[in-house]
Amino acid sequence: MPTVAPLDLDGHCVAAAFVDDIPFFALADGMVHWLDHGQESLKLHDGLLSATTSAKNDRLISGGEDGKVMGLTSAGVAEELAGIGRKWVTSVAAGPQGALAYASGRNAWVRLPDGKVKEFVHPRSVEGVAFSPKGMRIGVARYNGATLHFPAADGKPTELQWDGAHTGITFSPDGNFLVTTMQENALHGWKLADGKHMRMTGYPAKVKSMSWSAKGRWLASSGAPAAIVWPFQSKDGPMGKAPLELGTRGNLMVTAVACHPTDEIAAIGYADGMVLAARFADQKEVLLRRPGKGAITSLAWDREGRRIAFGTEPGDCGVVDITA
Amino acid sequence: MEPIIRIYDFEGASMSEVQTQIPVTVLTGYLGSGKTTLLNRILSENHGKRYAVIVNEFGEIGIDNDLIVESDEEIYEMNNGCVCCTVRGDLIRVVEGLMRRPGRFDAIVVETTGLADPVPVAQTFFMDDDVRSKTKLDAVVALVDAKHLPLRLKDSREAEDQIAFADVVVLNKTDLVNDEELRNVEAAIRAINPAAKIHRTTRAGVALDEVLDRGAFDLSRALENDPHFLEAHDHDHDDHHDDDHDHDHDHHHHDHGVSPIHDVTVQSVSLRGGEMDSKKFFPWIEKITQAEGPNILRLKGIIAFKDDPDRYVIQGVHMIIEGDHQRAWKDGESHDSRLVFIGRELDAEKLKRTFEACQAA
Repeated sequence: MPTVAPLDLDGHCVAAAFVDDIPFFALADGMVHWLDHGQESLKLHDGLLSATTSAKNDRLISGGEDGKVMGLTSAGVAEELAGIGRKWVTSVAAGPQGALAYASGRNAWVRLPDGKVKEFVHPRSVEGVAFSPKGMRIGVARYNGATLHFPAADGKPTELQWDGAHTGITFSPDGNFLVTTMQENALHGWKLADGKHMRMTGYPAKVKSMSWSAKGRWLASSGAPAAIVWPFQSKDGPMGKAPLELGTRGNLMVTAVACHPTDEIAAIGYADGMVLAARFADQKEVLLRRPGKGAITSLAWDREGRRIAFGTEPGDCGVVDITA
Repeated sequence: MEPIIRIYDFEGASMSEVQTQIPVTVLTGYLGSGKTTLLNRILSENHGKRYAVIVNEFGEIGIDNDLIVESDEEIYEMNNGCVCCTVRGDLIRVVEGLMRRPGRFDAIVVETTGLADPVPVAQTFFMDDDVRSKTKLDAVVALVDAKHLPLRLKDSREAEDQIAFADVVVLNKTDLVNDEELRNVEAAIRAINPAAKIHRTTRAGVALDEVLDRGAFDLSRALENDPHFLEAHDHDHDDHHDDDHDHDHDHHHHDHGVSPIHDVTVQSVSLRGGEMDSKKFFPWIEKITQAEGPNILRLKGIIAFKDDPDRYVIQGVHMIIEGDHQRAWKDGESHDSRLVFIGRELDAEKLKRTFEACQAA
């Protein structure tokens, strides 16, 4: 039976994450709380907008309304990694060897492993940044498509066009596909080898959460009353194939998804705070957390795939242990 | 492209969403119109409310406050083939960020530059579901400079759009013009937008409750505090009566105000009728907004339906229209239907004819 260890916090949880297998909760007011033999807390920002974990999973990386990019280790040591003045750092991403990317307005910056910072100016707002899993390359979600930069080398960026506003971005773990969330209720994908388009539509709401399953065989997404899970096993991705629909619940929207690190199982969070786990093979569901005070905003598995940290809009967060 | 139409609960009672939504005031106007003065007053006066302010540049705001957010104007066309379906991407992002810490403020003010199109700003609050669920557009307030407006109207379409789109026009710097110039400027504003409330001020000295918390887009309040709207037809020309050159237009240009200083491209069409047949009216308004959406800047109306004890109110921005029951008709209140379109290239005759054809037999 899964057990839930609740952690009642005050305010919107932007990200729940495991750092060195310790559950961290980053709140919109800038407070970060973590559970390391008791609750620890630190005010990291005056207003926190974005957060992720470092590639080695040893740091929480966050961007704030205070224009700072901060790093926080599992031991609670905070470090200012970048500052851009009085501007909102609306997205952050972590890359290999400690590289970082962050964005504000029409600019994206990459902090290379040697500490050198490169700036990339775009004609329109940068809505999302992501590192490709291979090599030193970033993808930028923007109006009418995505741009790929190679920050370690000089040279022209690669432009991928698709009309509409692209708001979030992710590379598949094998680096073969790039997928964006859009202002419209859709995902858009590109096969990077040939630039072929993949339209993933039919969502009743905006997609805010995406998660690749182990080895990138599937891409799970929110934005519907079920987790929509697109098959990416073939070389052309999900084209011409129907997605799985897991954890269908009437008209209640899925607001966050997170795939298990090794097994084909997804944790699914809903607008009412419920969390389920569903297995892709037989669509079998297990209830992990009953509905709470409000929508699930973030879900994360630990390294072993035994615990799930969840964050919510009103702040009633917690950790589910599925092995207990 | 299908128009976005939200016709609530036509058969029954309740107004829609119960969830508390933070009101948003949009402040438009050119550099020098007094916007910054008004913003500084909103931020500093003791009115018991806290405002988050989204500005284009921190620049001139004299107050340091972490609720002032700078944002690049970023217009996104929706990828649905509809050219007038535009939103402000930056506002979606900033409003979403602000609303994650809702306890800090009671309302939001969005400042736009003189060159900004107010339409995408307004449409953001109708077209984006997340923004819409947490905030509601309260009113669009246009500041204009009495001295320089004639010049602005000559050299830019934006100045006209901002007035056409406004619920409230603050006619500022009236001390810099003489009485005749002031009358002419006001007549120009009235010609562009007969439905807006106009306040004459110096140093942006308008009472803040005349620009904030107006409920201009709130169907339950819309037009209620706006007796002017109901008489728009008759009021159109008051300002001209002492001008000898337009002595006859009362009889001919009923739907189109005439401005002594500006050749307006925006026109308003005011329609009146008796009780309407809902089975005819709704298909008609859908068809009109679908066909004419790009030309319609705003529409507002109160509709009396036959055999319906309640007033029905309707409003729209381009192709987005919303309607709902507002309240019961009062005893002795005449069951008239009124609808005002503000836009460009509107076929007034056709609108009138087809509107009247929707009347109940």
